[in-house]
Amino acid sequence: MSGFMGHEPDGKPGQPKTVKEWVFTLDHKVIGVWYLIGAIASFVVAGLAATAMRIELGSVGPDITDNGDIYNLWLTMHGAVMILGFQIPALLGFVANWAVPIMVGGKDMAFPRVNAMSVWLLWSGILLALLNLVIPDSYNGMWTGYPPYSLTDAVGNTALYSSVVIILGMSSVFGAVNLACTVAFMRCKGMGWFQMPLTVWCVFTANVIQLIFVPVLAASVLLLSLDKYLGFGFYNPEVGGDVLLYQNLFWFYSHPAVYVILLPFMGIMFEIFAVSARNDVFNYKATVWAVIAFIPVSSDVWVHHAYVAGLPDWLRLLQTFTTLLISLPFGLLMLSLTGTMYRGAIRYTGPMWWAVGAFFMLIIGALTGIPNALSAIDYGISDSYVIMSHFHYVMAVSGGMAIFAGVFFWFPKLTGRMCNSLMTKLTAAGFFIGMNIVMGPLYFAGMEGMPRRYMDYQMYADNELIVSAQHWSTIGIYITFVSALLMIVVWLHGAIAGEKATSANPWGSQSLEFTATAIIPGQGNFPTPVICPEGWHPYNFIDNPKPEFEPHPGTSGHH
Amino acid sequence: MKFKSLMHKVMAAMLALPLIPSLAHAFQAAPAHRADYNGWTPHEHWDAVWHETMLDITVLGIVFAVITVAFMVMYVRKGHGERGKLPTLTNQAKIGWVVLPCMLFLGDDLFLYVKGFDLHNHYREVPTNAVEVKLTGSMWNWNYVDVNGIDTDNELVVKQGTPVVMRMVSDDVLHSHYMTRYRVTEDLMPGRITWQWFMPDQVGESVATCREYCGTMHSGMYGKIIVKSAADYDAYVAEQTASIPSVTGVAKAATAADQI
Repeated sequence: MSGFMGHEPDGKPGQPKTVKEWVFTLDHKVIGVWYLIGAIASFVVAGLAATAMRIELGSVGPDITDNGDIYNLWLTMHGAVMILGFQIPALLGFVANWAVPIMVGGKDMAFPRVNAMSVWLLWSGILLALLNLVIPDSYNGMWTGYPPYSLTDAVGNTALYSSVVIILGMSSVFGAVNLACTVAFMRCKGMGWFQMPLTVWCVFTANVIQLIFVPVLAASVLLLSLDKYLGFGFYNPEVGGDVLLYQNLFWFYSHPAVYVILLPFMGIMFEIFAVSARNDVFNYKATVWAVIAFIPVSSDVWVHHAYVAGLPDWLRLLQTFTTLLISLPFGLLMLSLTGTMYRGAIRYTGPMWWAVGAFFMLIIGALTGIPNALSAIDYGISDSYVIMSHFHYVMAVSGGMAIFAGVFFWFPKLTGRMCNSLMTKLTAAGFFIGMNIVMGPLYFAGMEGMPRRYMDYQMYADNELIVSAQHWSTIGIYITFVSALLMIVVWLHGAIAGEKATSANPWGSQSLEFTATAIIPGQGNFPTPVICPEGWHPYNFIDNPKPEFEPHPGTSGHH
Repeated sequence: MKFKSLMHKVMAAMLALPLIPSLAHAFQAAPAHRADYNGWTPHEHWDAVWHETMLDITVLGIVFAVITVAFMVMYVRKGHGERGKLPTLTNQAKIGWVVLPCMLFLGDDLFLYVKGFDLHNHYREVPTNAVEVKLTGSMWNWNYVDVNGIDTDNELVVKQGTPVVMRMVSDDVLHSHYMTRYRVTEDLMPGRITWQWFMPDQVGESVATCREYCGTMHSGMYGKIIVKSAADYDAYVAEQTASIPSVTGVAKAATAADQI
């Protein structure tokens, strides 16, 4: 067996050289890059759909299409692809695969072949999802796929939807088992559980949540197909089924999935905040326990998606309380992020600009979630732009910015080159301003009653606030679109023609992927097995004089 | 030791914090005649709680943002070798920095929860004098049948000052009936009957939209809620029922039979 098929260290730093080595790789870093490519491609597809929808909503009446089915196809693709194709693969694929095994000092994932299978399942899922754009009966039932609509013929190909969800779910479960084992058993000598970087803790916890809940989602969409094509009646009231069963099963996974996205992206923010401020993470151990607390608390929040779905009143009240409880661990994480800056020595590098943007968006996003948790308030804002604006602040803007911060942060380790620092900051500022113009006004449109998932709003045509909010929001999408496009150009330019990284540790991190590897780590990651010395900690910048800060002309903001 | 005992007192006080809103609420006088809702409709109540919640989250957000911005500005790195100087926390401080913030967050949660609980009950207790409207949703139409048997599509006429309760079912897929002015949403689904009520307090028109994705023409599924004064309403009913005398009797009998 040739060298690249196994995962034994070959000691040679650098990327694979041939196409064969890229495609048939078992190296977790190359697989991580495959995840990243898939995620970015998904981001482009879903972003184009978002832009098209936003332009359509720029004014009352048809702007670029008057066909409800086409608009609904964009809407469905946007939701499904952003979540299942971009965010989860970028975090639990790219970050989990590329960064986590090196961060714990392992030479690869626990099961490299399973790892390769996970990424190719993801790609199969993405290609299958894209089929939706070309088949005659494309699926337009929204990413939630609620029956009975998804059981009707009007919705298009439900089987395609179920298959995509199940395939992506399999990819997630294989990945989650693999990563949990990697963190549990592949840590280098000397690294205890409480010496792991927070990114590792966050990705690990997110994967535990995946392992518990993904099978429920797979079951819920499998029953959907059984109902539609084989005449079973799980969700069909005419034969004794219940349409609410689907919502309960679906959200039992899909709300925890929010924390599957939230935790890793906060992990990235912790990493960048601590490294940029060269400061310890505030109350590290408590922060870890707060991360772990998301597992039980996230399991009891799903009902808030069904407050107005005819559930019993006592359940609405009970779940209002359990939903509010998520503010405790989440509040602790935000406190730790702020505390990490306290008496720090902050350097505003490109990744830090993106991470700071993510932080402020997260404040807005998280706080606007509080009213959504209250069942009685939900009677007034359920499925309105208030909800849409809230979760876009959390997931699209904060999550997206944190993911991009992570890409910029690990970029030198992926390519051996630096992105242009000024352009990185410009795109961060553009994205931040653009997305605020997109989502800020829509929150107020939602307070006026504007429902989400509408291709038009002729019933509110005389409501000036809604009309002008939609108008401004559409202006915002142009700024965001240009920034996102520019960001991809910055990556491409950086990868091809960027300044060569002169140091393996351009940001001055203490984590193993920066301190113990070559500029581009090779197969097996470390030239020699890593041993963490007694008392080592990834965020102990105060006592540990090493590694020395190595400024890089292409990366530094303030000196 | 002195510091320790002070810490204990502060912590005990913080632990009691969440109880304050609950107790305050317990001593607050309950509305005397819940069923009347004189001048205090669910949507007005909603507006009040919404404003308090907005104020609450705005204050929280500003405090958080101002502190963070201050740190960001104060602690910019000055030289190459400079490192952070975060003080090492004692074990007591570590626990304190978990317990105290958690108590604060929990206190705020409970404060809003109690507000929401009250509002929820307001929404879910139907006044005894409410009149019933049967609402059937279908792709893409709202069909209202009122207590007089007046059967209309995408338009409902109600009397000012008389609470209205809707009993709702769907013919095909999920829909969700939202009345913009009355701030109330509830899903319609096949196989289950759901309900919502509202108080038409002012004469005029408002919009009712669908809030659950229901296919191609989802955004075209909307209607009007028209509130008429007592005299106008009676004239409207007389005019409408004159043409459908037989339906009136049937609808009245049916309504009496399935009281909620």
